[in-house]
Amino acid sequence: MIPAQFDYVAPTSIAEAITALGEAGEDAKILAGGQSLIPVLRLRLAFPTVLVDLGRVDELRGVSEDGASIVIGAMTRHSDVLEDPLVKQYAGLLAEATATVADPAVRHRGTFGGALAHADPAGDLAAVALALDAELVAEGPGGRRTIAAKDFFLDYLETALSPDEILAAVRIPKLEGSWGYRYEKFNRVAQAWAIVGVAAAVRMDGGSVAESRIGLTNMGSVPVRASAVESALSGASDLAAVRAAAQSAADGTNPPSDLGAKADYRQHLAKVLTGRAVAAAAGLSS
Amino acid sequence: MTEQLDAGLVAQEIAEHPDALSQPYAGGELGRGRRRKEDAKLVTGQTNWTDNITLPGLLHMAVLRSPMAHATIVSVDVSAALEMPGVIAAYSGADLADVMGASMPCAWPVTPDMVSPVHTPLATDAVRYVGDGVAVVIARDRYAAADALEAIAVEYDQLPAVVDMEEALAEGAPLVHESAGTNKCFLFDFPGAGADYAETVAGAGDDVVVVKRRFIQQRLLPTPMEPRGVVVAPIAAADEFTMYSTTQIPHILRVMLALTTGIPEHKLRVVAPDVGGGFGAKLNVYAEEILALVVARKLGRPIKWTESRSENYQATTHGRGQIQDIEIAASKDGTILGLKVELLADMGAYLQLITPGVPVLGAFMFPAIYKMKAYHFTCTGVFTTKTPTDAYRGAGRPEATFAIERIMDELAAELGRDPMELRKQNWIKHEEFPYDMIAGLTYDSGNYEAATEKAEKMFDMAGLRAEQARRRESKDPVQLGIGISTFTEMCGLAPSRVLGSLSYGAGGWESASIRMLPTGKVEVVSGATPHGQGHHTAWSQIVADSLGVPFEDVELIAGDTQSSPKGMDTYGSRSLVVGGVAIHKATGKVLEKAKRIAAHLLEAAEGDVEFEKGTFTVKGSPEASLTIQQVALATFAAHNLPDGMEPSLDSDYVYDPENFSYPHGTHLCAVEIDTETGFTKIRKYVCVDDIGKIVNPVIVEGQIHGGLAQGIAQALYEEAVYDAEGNLTTGSLVDYLVPAAPDLPHFDTGRTETPATSNPLGVKGVGEAGTIASTPAVVNAVVDALRPFGINDIQMPATPERVWRAVHGDGADRAVAGTVAYGGTSTGSTAGAASSESEAL
Repeated sequence: MIPAQFDYVAPTSIAEAITALGEAGEDAKILAGGQSLIPVLRLRLAFPTVLVDLGRVDELRGVSEDGASIVIGAMTRHSDVLEDPLVKQYAGLLAEATATVADPAVRHRGTFGGALAHADPAGDLAAVALALDAELVAEGPGGRRTIAAKDFFLDYLETALSPDEILAAVRIPKLEGSWGYRYEKFNRVAQAWAIVGVAAAVRMDGGSVAESRIGLTNMGSVPVRASAVESALSGASDLAAVRAAAQSAADGTNPPSDLGAKADYRQHLAKVLTGRAVAAAAGLSS
Repeated sequence: MTEQLDAGLVAQEIAEHPDALSQPYAGGELGRGRRRKEDAKLVTGQTNWTDNITLPGLLHMAVLRSPMAHATIVSVDVSAALEMPGVIAAYSGADLADVMGASMPCAWPVTPDMVSPVHTPLATDAVRYVGDGVAVVIARDRYAAADALEAIAVEYDQLPAVVDMEEALAEGAPLVHESAGTNKCFLFDFPGAGADYAETVAGAGDDVVVVKRRFIQQRLLPTPMEPRGVVVAPIAAADEFTMYSTTQIPHILRVMLALTTGIPEHKLRVVAPDVGGGFGAKLNVYAEEILALVVARKLGRPIKWTESRSENYQATTHGRGQIQDIEIAASKDGTILGLKVELLADMGAYLQLITPGVPVLGAFMFPAIYKMKAYHFTCTGVFTTKTPTDAYRGAGRPEATFAIERIMDELAAELGRDPMELRKQNWIKHEEFPYDMIAGLTYDSGNYEAATEKAEKMFDMAGLRAEQARRRESKDPVQLGIGISTFTEMCGLAPSRVLGSLSYGAGGWESASIRMLPTGKVEVVSGATPHGQGHHTAWSQIVADSLGVPFEDVELIAGDTQSSPKGMDTYGSRSLVVGGVAIHKATGKVLEKAKRIAAHLLEAAEGDVEFEKGTFTVKGSPEASLTIQQVALATFAAHNLPDGMEPSLDSDYVYDPENFSYPHGTHLCAVEIDTETGFTKIRKYVCVDDIGKIVNPVIVEGQIHGGLAQGIAQALYEEAVYDAEGNLTTGSLVDYLVPAAPDLPHFDTGRTETPATSNPLGVKGVGEAGTIASTPAVVNAVVDALRPFGINDIQMPATPERVWRAVHGDGADRAVAGTVAYGGTSTGSTAGAASSESEAL
């Protein structure tokens, strides 16, 4: 389909981008990889007056190390995240989940920051950011601020970013030591959104779970942390204990009922997939 | 004569440029796995898609579509659209009423009293499905046209949607077409060529088991890679038009456009340029084609319309859409006595070109490969406020094949028989061909035993059954299921006389011409229109083999009513079986003439001239020879031809088949079902197809793979879902799940070769085989896996959620269907016939 008319700005620095965004006013939209925004424009579901394209802002791209964290530029494409050695070393869960995002064509255009700022609870990466206790670095006219992932996702397609701010980078604490991880994605065809996804990172100590972090995809209007499971998992050392703990995965969730699945089925899947994700992350098999 | 026409000089020219000289024919073209010669162009973008066509002064058309399933049109005001920048014109249906024709054509009145409602290219009185065209805008570019659509003001008076077929037929249901007084389009009653069904069952006394099922053929969205598009170039002064359209049927389209719009046929040229797939959805006469034509005539400017994918899902015909009540009766030893089929077929809001014919075609396929005494088929066509249905890969035959192959498994389960053994007991034995089927067709050849034996070997049936038993025993959360489909189909549409007897509006012949060029190259003109099948390659192989010229020396001319003026186009697995045979026969005529010329030039008696691999020789004098290229050149020069002979080496042939062809095969599928999530994974898929003689195994493999993908898609993934208001909720590729390579298994394909006896090439057609065969194989496998849970059916697509609910639900969610009756109990259509012996599962 054909989008409605809009103006287009392509700044080359963060500062220019913030200025452009300020000048463009309320009805501006930031264009990152465009893999969600462009379809929305084509279907005329959104009518922004200006698109601020961050594609030429090189400083928003790339992965670096900063002490106990790695820092991923918001405009780093999924395909680059996948291949990055720092991500592989310190945030393998993110690499694993990124590999399941849509298809290669989308992964070569779509960006990590764009996916998070879009805040689609069916997107795979928000749950991962939440599970990994990521911090999102926003930059606006007032300077930089850091927002914890748990405070970033406010509602369906809604974040804590203010209209004049740009998501600049994502800081992810390094997972070092005996962490295992698994992203269990359940979808009907490979290119589709997750019906439910479970991002699990588990640290084992002496054969039992010492620490775990679990994020759920598409189990509510925002990505959800399965805190009840995390608590229940403490000390678990066999599959039965993991499965028992996973029974709490749907606690407090309010997943959608849509063409993809009804809510009760999603809640059931959350339990099954959490059990499988944790078991795989913990290296436990039946 | 000028010296340029001197054969000696031309020969010298060729001798000095050896590239122009043809290499001798090496032989072995038929059956050779040639890479498709059209692909280099297609995959490097050097294509001529309709949307790539630009013309000076081209204007763009956009269609405003109804957002409501059913409403009276109170008013359409295009005045504000006309004020928009770049807009040249805007028309409502009323504005075009005088020029757009009285109604779009339906060429298949399946019964004399069929209701065939008026179907104008733009709605004038009421809209009847979401997507029904209401107005058009003509603008300088696509963007201006799309913007201007939003400025058109339409006032609707909403009417109730008619979504469910059974509700549509109920007393007092809202009417899709008020003037028809009913939502029933037709009732087609076909009692078969055998005994009366009810009498046969009653006559069997106590020795009968009757199994009934209701199967739902969900609507499918055909989804060719290229959506539709049309460009019309007028020559205003001459009132002549060239239409480029993404169509499978330029020839039929030309006739229909002439009849509909009144533009004389000879003033209309229709071109199907490169067309990116059709699957039956481009076998039609569409509103936008007529609109672009009449607007181009009105404005005297070229007009282009290009469909978006979401528009494609609303405005291009859908496939399937049937409720099938099927009943099979057998003796207790498993011998089939009879089959009764009652269909409800969803027409959608209007009848497109062959909408009513699609389910009726299925009438001939329900008995499939099985012998029986009685058969009765009825089909009721039903109007609903949804996009019209029409042909989709298989068109009536996949639906029929699904129902018979599913119920064979249910009969086997009921009798405690192995489902393959039950099939073997009932199918036509290879020595019984030709066989007169109960549905009235004569199957010319087949060997179900051979295909099945080969498939079972490839599949390791014994090993998989043992694994299934282990998994059942251990209550493994992952269960294994095995599904069978021993299918046949009718291809090669069609003998014209048969089509006539079915009230179809046209014939089923195909046309071919061979033109030998002076340098020995060959142009083959075919009336079959390619849109992805590989015609360029396959036809080159047939011509090369017949005429003994190199594969590279053959070029196809097709898809343009000016250069390939006669044709019936491409659908129903007919291009090779009808069009390919026409080509073969046309080459025979050329060869016959070439032989006479060769004999004349070699000063030999025609009876002494032999032809092999492109060379004419004289018996007993091996040194006296002429290549066919030399004969072509000599014919071109025409210096020395037999007296009275026309100086040309061309031929035409129009071939009207005597019979359909009947490909068959055995498809075996093993699925693993994760009972904790309901997810079905195809573990192994084996198919052995018998499609007769093969021209190109690479093309065959591609057709089988693509067909399997689409058949599996119906079983597991695809479903066009409408809500109660008649909105298509699966309106884009986000919600309509088309599987891609990662979702599909490796396919183990094999073949047996039982030549068709009804055509000289022995070919049967392959375009639809995979689609027809695979859906029941997969669903039978899913049901087989779930049978220990008390499940005897699952609705398509067998989504994980449906499977999970069937396994874990409280019973209410289970897709358990149908009844079984033993003995001489009532076999009426009421489920659970009241008999002490009947048993509701």
